[in-house]
Amino acid sequence: MSRSLPAALPRSLLAEPEPFDDLLPEERPFPEAGPPEGAGPALRAVPSLAEAARRVRPTTLAVDRALPVLEALAGLLPDGLRRGITVGVSGTGARSVALALMARATGTGSWAVVVGDGDLGLAAAAEIGVALERLVVVDAPDPGQWAPVVATFVGAVDLVLVSPGHRPSVGDVRRLAARCRERGSVLVHLSPGVDHPVDGWPGRLDLRFSVDEVGWGGLDGERDRLRSRRMDVSVGGRGLPTEGRRDALLLPGPDGVPVRQ
Amino acid sequence: MNGPVVNGPVVNGSIATPAAVRILVVGCPDWPLVALGVVSDEPALVLGAGRVVAANGPARAVGVARGQRRREAQFLCPEVRVLARDEGREARGFEAVVSALGAVTPWVEANRPGRCSFGVRGPVRLFGGEVALVRHAAEVVDAAVARVGSGSDGGPGSRVPGCQIPGCRVGVADGAFAAGLAARGGGPAPEHPMIVPRGGSPAFLAPLPVEVLLPVESLAGSSAGPTADLVDVLVRLGLTTLGAFAALPVADVLARFGTVGLDAHRLASGIDDRPAGHRPAPPDLAVSVDFDPPVDRIDRAAFAARSAAEALHERLSTRGMACTRVVVEAETEHGERVSRRWRDEGVLGPAAVADRVRWQLEGWLHGPPAVRPTSGITRLVLAPDEVVPASGRQMGFWGGVSAADERAGRACARVVGLLGPGSVRIPEWRGGRDPDNRVALVPFVEPAREGGSGGGGQPEIRPWPGALPGPSPAAVHVEPMAVGVVDAAGAPVTVDGRGGLSAPPDRLVVPRSSVGTRPAAATGERVVAWAGPWPVDERWWDPLRRRRRVRLQMVTADGTARLVVLTDGRWTVAATYD
Repeated sequence: MSRSLPAALPRSLLAEPEPFDDLLPEERPFPEAGPPEGAGPALRAVPSLAEAARRVRPTTLAVDRALPVLEALAGLLPDGLRRGITVGVSGTGARSVALALMARATGTGSWAVVVGDGDLGLAAAAEIGVALERLVVVDAPDPGQWAPVVATFVGAVDLVLVSPGHRPSVGDVRRLAARCRERGSVLVHLSPGVDHPVDGWPGRLDLRFSVDEVGWGGLDGERDRLRSRRMDVSVGGRGLPTEGRRDALLLPGPDGVPVRQ
Repeated sequence: MNGPVVNGPVVNGSIATPAAVRILVVGCPDWPLVALGVVSDEPALVLGAGRVVAANGPARAVGVARGQRRREAQFLCPEVRVLARDEGREARGFEAVVSALGAVTPWVEANRPGRCSFGVRGPVRLFGGEVALVRHAAEVVDAAVARVGSGSDGGPGSRVPGCQIPGCRVGVADGAFAAGLAARGGGPAPEHPMIVPRGGSPAFLAPLPVEVLLPVESLAGSSAGPTADLVDVLVRLGLTTLGAFAALPVADVLARFGTVGLDAHRLASGIDDRPAGHRPAPPDLAVSVDFDPPVDRIDRAAFAARSAAEALHERLSTRGMACTRVVVEAETEHGERVSRRWRDEGVLGPAAVADRVRWQLEGWLHGPPAVRPTSGITRLVLAPDEVVPASGRQMGFWGGVSAADERAGRACARVVGLLGPGSVRIPEWRGGRDPDNRVALVPFVEPAREGGSGGGGQPEIRPWPGALPGPSPAAVHVEPMAVGVVDAAGAPVTVDGRGGLSAPPDRLVVPRSSVGTRPAAATGERVVAWAGPWPVDERWWDPLRRRRRVRLQMVTADGTARLVVLTDGRWTVAATYD
């Protein structure tokens, strides 16, 4: 009689079935080469239909390689948010920047998931432009289940925003980054600087956003209210000039929507 | 008989025999409430995924209905007791009812917790007539329900002694659809069952509104789905009763509404309510899962059941079939077995099969000690019992459900399987005066049939007087942090009855314990700018849920803007403009 079971599910059970084997070959960013199953030796040289379609396709559209971003972010990301990368956002205002990164893509059919940031302001998300009908919020999983949960979303959802309450293992982070590259999702690591200990990301991030200077407008008179925030955002990382790019934004702008200054 | 005359419809080249199978349906009213052990004459309702799934008699009497939001229900009946749904308890309790019915006939088909059915052909001879059979079945079910309702396994049960559990409803008719409606229409069973005479189903169905075609789940969820669209069109065409719809020629219905329309037409005409082209399943399609080591935890078994259900679905769909009835069989290390037949009016998708496995195992593994197995489950078999040709599905081109939506939905369902129900949530607009209640998070529920995931919704346009002016804070703290607000002299800032501040706030003092190592914690951070106060007094008529608060926006020297709230004399940071 074996009533006692291991508390955590065995890895093999989590890995099986492989969640996204149902992707069509042409849906995968990098389809595996090779003959279709069951092809006889004589047919080995004949490419499959999908392979032929891929060869004659004129070019990959820019939309397939990058997610659109708000116009306000055009100065920082002129080509949009490249698929398959990992992004870090940290410091004061990190949540607003992360929401601004996701806003335009969710409006054009991409889904976004937030794993482990229960404090994220959803009303603010909607004001910045995130389409709430394509946003999913997941409570912070146990550290043991964090990686399987995030891995399930990477590939199924275009934007995965994570804010782990623990320090993920180096191996998990490397596997997640590889999975992003392979499946074209963007992983955004959020480490808000306000009222939270800053926790690190044990791996390389392709892009790092940081907010350098912040100033609120609208409180000049004591009877006024917060209206907009001017912030200097800088981004650095792979594929950018060594000194990075910086731009001044109003985030949130006077009516919530980010505006480039 | 003046019911509509329908010729045997020709489907897939074979003539479906209009052999009407006499079916007896047993329904337990308000099952989600009874399973929770709540039997009282105070109004009560059960809320699942943000909507009312069941309400008892006193609540229904004032207009609370299935599918309403909590807010609507509380508006109609402010004193209503709101309970959270517990599907595990529902399934556990109902398993006892179904096994009690096993004494009447071995061929009980469970439909969902709270409803089961069986063919009367065998037992009717044993008990000597349908009236006697109905009486006996109702007595058996009522006795079993009384044992469940007496709340043996704790929970929020509050049985008021003088109150009766609502008696079960029993209906007998030709076909499960008509029998189910007869059960809904009849009174408490032993005295007032509704027995539709043989051949009387068409006449019985004819005056009923077409809305009864809607699957029961869709009442509680969003009104999406092909059947909802069909019913909507029928009503707009002026075909408001099943009789009017059934009078249309089959060929025209098929041409105009496709397979959805055809199946609905067969239901409405009351002659053969099984989906078109049903047939027994070939024997080699069963999917089995072996567990080594044996499993005695419901979540592990349910996780495996989900992938088994997907494998079954895959296996069926490669042959162009879909399943309408499935037998779920579980076996333990010691050879104990439980086998249950599940039937649904529509097609059972992978999620629906996985739900049924979970319900069945809940009832078995967590049931009363007499039926509980003595060891873990070693084998789980899902065998399709009756299949229909799959009607296939077309992905949306623009609008509708896109491939991205499908993938996201599947990933969410998988994570729900990993972390448990309620862990994955989607935002829904509610409207309100504060950032913490303008958008609510509701649990993600996988649509049982095809359709969008719901959620989202449109921003509330109605004005909320006294609402906090925008922009909204990007961080709304789940656990507000207690702080002190002091004026230049170091005295705590207070607010008088008219909402005026005693003095301008000068410093924000964060208690050392709540934030580990902040250098400025002890002395506080200087407030460089502030705005407000905005007092708001919500629900002042309700002593329990009254919220009276004063909001202030403050920017401290480090440039951080916070929303600071005074409630009951205590200041907290409710949100940060991150």
